[in-house]
Amino acid sequence: MDIKVNVREAPGDCYVVDLSGEIDVYTSPKVKDAIGELIDRGVYYLVINLEKVRYIDSTGLGVLIGGLKRVREHGGSVNLVCTNPQIKKIFDITGLVKIFGIFESEDAAMKAIA
Amino acid sequence: MKQAVEHSNLELVELRIPARPEWVALARLAVATVANRVHFSLEEIEDVKLAAAEACAAVIQHDRHGEFIDLTCEALENALRVRVRDSGRQGVAVAAGAPMNFDEARIAGLGIFLIRTLMDEVTYDVNPQAGTDLFMVKRLAGATDN
Repeated sequence: MDIKVNVREAPGDCYVVDLSGEIDVYTSPKVKDAIGELIDRGVYYLVINLEKVRYIDSTGLGVLIGGLKRVREHGGSVNLVCTNPQIKKIFDITGLVKIFGIFESEDAAMKAIA
Repeated sequence: MKQAVEHSNLELVELRIPARPEWVALARLAVATVANRVHFSLEEIEDVKLAAAEACAAVIQHDRHGEFIDLTCEALENALRVRVRDSGRQGVAVAAGAPMNFDEARIAGLGIFLIRTLMDEVTYDVNPQAGTDLFMVKRLAGATDN
């Protein structure tokens, strides 16, 4: 069990964070660190790609919420790319669909930021 | 303590893991394996995996006195019963009363909310000396109380 984190620059002062694997109480600190480092560098527009995430728990949700809270303090945003029905279900039942922009593709998530 | 479903011992798996984050994946695997014996759908298996993992995570994040988490998964004819027991003074059910900052409390609340939403029955038994027992039941779609 592991999480792979890949950060890449995108057009328009935006960064994409690709996550692959399982985000849980063990792996979420790694995700938190990656997002935190970007925000510390002044990156306030993030697309977090969850297409290859097989599992997420409340600690993972907490990391995403924490990142969103921080970027919003600077007028930024966090858009998510999520196509896994089980992951989308977690966002639905927790009501987080109302606070995150959740998109079917990275292109759509990027366009929503622009 | 409320017993949600009659005890049958059809198939029962007991697992003791260290109360540390790196072991929660093993708890998920155990629950998923037993849930598969009940012939749940893949979506239902994901539900019980998440509920059990949230219970374990709550113990790990807020119970700083226990060394182990005891997980019991029981495959019944039409249901899965999961018990998560910690050995500390604070645990799953009392997480809201543990010393946490606002953000921690909110995330802990999400975990408890997920457990209650994904499972059909959730009960707990708090013993200040022995720890907390959390009982969860997930029934097969269309099944009533056994």
